[in-house]
Amino acid sequence: MSRSLSLLCLIVWLLTGCGPIPANHPYPDREWRSNTLYSSFSERPKHLDPARAYSANEYVFIAQIYEPLLQYHYLKRPYQLTPLTAEKMPEVVYRAKDLSILPDATAPDAIAFTDYLISVKPGIDYQPHPAFAKTEVGDFLYHDLSDTALAGIASLADFEHTGTRELIAEDYIFQIKRLAHVKTQSPIAELMKNYIEGFAEFQQQTEALDAMALRDLAMTGVEALDRYHLRIRIKGKYPQFKYWLAMPFFAPMPWEAVAFYQQPGLSQKNIVLDWYPIGTGPYQLTENNPNRRMILSRNPNFHGEAYPSEGEAGDLEAGLLADAGKAMPFIDRVVYTLEKETIPYWNKFLQGYYDASGIAADSFDQAVQFSSTGELGLTQDMRDKGIALRKVVATSIYYVGFNMLDKVVGGNDAHARLLRQAIAIAMDYEEFISIFLNGRGRAAQGLLPPGIFGYVEGQDGINPYVYDWVDNRAKRKSLTEAKALLAKAGYPEGIDPDTGQALILYLDTPSTSSADRPRMNWYRKQLQKLGIKLVIRGTDYNRFQQKMRSGNTQIFMWGWNADYPDPENFFFLLYGPNGKVEHGGENAGNYQNKQFDRLFEKMRVMDNSPERFQLIQKMQALIRRDTPWIFGLFPEDYLLAHAWYGNIKANLMANNRLKYQRIDPELRATLRQQWNQPARWPALIFGLLVLATAYAAWRRYLKQRER
Amino acid sequence: MFSYLLRRALYALPLLLGVNLLTFLLFFVLNSPSDMARMQLGQKHVTEQAIANWKRQRGYDLPLLWNGEQSFPESLSETIFFQKSASLFWLEFGISDSGRNIGADISQRMWPSLALALPTLIIGLSVNITVALLLVWFRGTGVEWGGQVLMVALMSISSLFYIIGGQFLFGKVWQWVPISGFDSGLNAFKFAILPVLIGVLSGLGSGVRWYRTLFLEEIGKDYVRTARAKGLSELQVLFRHVLGNALIPILTGVVVVLPLLFMGSLIMESFFAIPGLGSYTIDAIAAQDFAIVRAMVFLGSVLYIIGLLLTDIAYTLVDPRVRLS
Repeated sequence: MSRSLSLLCLIVWLLTGCGPIPANHPYPDREWRSNTLYSSFSERPKHLDPARAYSANEYVFIAQIYEPLLQYHYLKRPYQLTPLTAEKMPEVVYRAKDLSILPDATAPDAIAFTDYLISVKPGIDYQPHPAFAKTEVGDFLYHDLSDTALAGIASLADFEHTGTRELIAEDYIFQIKRLAHVKTQSPIAELMKNYIEGFAEFQQQTEALDAMALRDLAMTGVEALDRYHLRIRIKGKYPQFKYWLAMPFFAPMPWEAVAFYQQPGLSQKNIVLDWYPIGTGPYQLTENNPNRRMILSRNPNFHGEAYPSEGEAGDLEAGLLADAGKAMPFIDRVVYTLEKETIPYWNKFLQGYYDASGIAADSFDQAVQFSSTGELGLTQDMRDKGIALRKVVATSIYYVGFNMLDKVVGGNDAHARLLRQAIAIAMDYEEFISIFLNGRGRAAQGLLPPGIFGYVEGQDGINPYVYDWVDNRAKRKSLTEAKALLAKAGYPEGIDPDTGQALILYLDTPSTSSADRPRMNWYRKQLQKLGIKLVIRGTDYNRFQQKMRSGNTQIFMWGWNADYPDPENFFFLLYGPNGKVEHGGENAGNYQNKQFDRLFEKMRVMDNSPERFQLIQKMQALIRRDTPWIFGLFPEDYLLAHAWYGNIKANLMANNRLKYQRIDPELRATLRQQWNQPARWPALIFGLLVLATAYAAWRRYLKQRER
Repeated sequence: MFSYLLRRALYALPLLLGVNLLTFLLFFVLNSPSDMARMQLGQKHVTEQAIANWKRQRGYDLPLLWNGEQSFPESLSETIFFQKSASLFWLEFGISDSGRNIGADISQRMWPSLALALPTLIIGLSVNITVALLLVWFRGTGVEWGGQVLMVALMSISSLFYIIGGQFLFGKVWQWVPISGFDSGLNAFKFAILPVLIGVLSGLGSGVRWYRTLFLEEIGKDYVRTARAKGLSELQVLFRHVLGNALIPILTGVVVVLPLLFMGSLIMESFFAIPGLGSYTIDAIAAQDFAIVRAMVFLGSVLYIIGLLLTDIAYTLVDPRVRLS
């Protein structure tokens, strides 16, 4: 009887689903109408400690939890910094060597130090956390856990008591000291040595010490002036430092967290600071299983923040100011599920189980199409579902670099320069973007992507060595012109006069998979157009990096993603003293041009101004002429969002975007139900097939019995 | 039997040491400690000093296999190989290069792998044996011929096709089950249905053909004729006598893989977003996380050795003639 009942239940379930919630709903039923955003991660984050995290997939989490002093305005463009936990923008004071105060207009060379004086908003509390829990007499409850106490602990949620405390200036100081501490292994420690006064000395001084000892030692450049005020002293003038203050590296860290997490029994259970953030932001990490699922929930102690009431032109019409002045965050929970493959993710997005999606190559045609006028838009299916498309040019660049130390393509003599210019013309990046990126990119005219100060649109912004301005648009120069340059360079028709054969050049790349082969063939064909033979030297990434460090390359491909929206963060990639071979820096092509270096040194310490703009144009002109890079492309990010997902505006600098966004759970539940109606007929067919097989077997059995 | 097991366990020690050494050599032929540091520290602003600091903090600043600056035995023990390998023998996997406790990760990830692999094995085995016996029962008829063709077709299709096709059909078109995902406890059921079904289906062709061959070999033997002569029905002959005598080769194939079920399935777990151990090693290789690679290879070897021992023990259970000595 019970077997028949089970079978009946299974059949009913297959035929009808489970009532109002579709059978393919991948989340617990109680979440059906909850104010929860669903997203995913394809690779587990490596670090959630703000002193160590430096990847986009890590910032997705920690930027919602930790609050640095400053943040980027969500709506305004160009990107603009605003206070976050700071009461106002930092006060900048220039000082001479004797620490006397200098006027604002002082020449950068005369500035020995820059002080950033910052006041922290009072009344900001940390999220509830066991590190703050205290006994009635004021001792910390969990700072000295016994083995017995640890036995019942598997995650942070297993601690019965939590506490909180107010954010103070000392927490920011402690974090800067952590950045310097060798044991923290912060990726910006070596960089900050160059900027923060006393940083290098503090690093040496604390090398053998435990993290808790940092509290009692002073770093000369940083100081908490009182409970809510701090000072950071920078060597010389470095205006870009304010951007660092908006990055999670400079988020506050309470010493109690370090004292709590450094207990060995906790690290054995993976309960460490690097995995369990502790912040003041709008969200806290309430489930932390990087092998499966991470959940952010509202921080009940969040100090509150209002949605911006100003934006750029068009924001009002786009509905982005509808929530102006309302208290954030709008979403209660965010569930990030580990989803390694793009196909399941895409299908779940179409079923409404993910709220937003990028567009993978597999699903590109399903999502977007080109209209008869050549404009890119959503397909009818997407429009029918109410899905919206948002595009933005990334503040990144993918380029092909020449090793300027190479004797064929490198150097600043006219022959090598003409050769590089000819190759730059031949490499048709418009074609590359069309073939390999489905049009999702923009051919670069120089080093700076759109949105960065100094970028120029239109005729004035083109690279005159590669493009002409024709019919109101940039048109790549002809192959004839490229061949003429090649002949002037000493390689007529691509023939190397030394050998009498086609000139052979070498492209080093770590892209060696079969999926990369078409791209490599494309590069080969581009140079073939000039009669040059390009040999692809594929290697694994370790060897590739080794080659780059030793300068044992000729041509290579690389990319850069901006840390902050300032031209300095791009031009430093070509600054001579950053040469990779000689100095181990980020100038991978080892470009050296004294004039460029002088201009860079001047430009980097200037605030944005017409004069700075002019300097940038001069620098662009120099590198366009010298062509140490083929500028390649600026990728374009596409985001698809469902109709219930609101307040989305692409902001490539702000990582704490979640608090601004909202969803409509009712609309989502309605549409999900419409889109997910299980098919019933296959179950019937399967049932009939099983019955037919059973019947045949039964007949056979009877026949055998008769025999 | 005990002395046999003890002897086999002792044989396993040099074997595990060899596996460990081989893994170590293969890994460090391709990756140097500096490469590992670069991978962990990221792409930006990585200086030689930062790399040296990372290596020192993680113990990768020692020589690989032999420390010429030390006298014996420190010349052996003060090396990366010894420091990273010795603790494995008492199953202490240590901390991964990205800072997580490997033992805790393994114990967390093995359950989802088991939740998928165990039902796939049990259901798959039952279905394979049943279908194979049915084909034997129907031998010489059109059903057997049709079944054979179907099995050859099933085993000719790539497992990736089953996964993508299964997700498309059951998850996307018919919308019976979630396309991917996982949950704990009983809620795991609705996520496990599809991967288990696909796992069973993708192994059906080869499994049925293999078992059918075993059963056909048995069915021509004298004891089967005797059973028939006793008046037993064909079904009784097949399921009681033929199956019983074909158990040794079946066990050889099954018991040896039992411990390895913990290790999960890379493709299946990846497509169904199941947080198992399947991709743990591959992810670690991609991230150049030697600590995880060595731990997983070691664990795989230990489990394999256990599997072989279990097979030997299982022989004695199904065939009283077999004695372990």
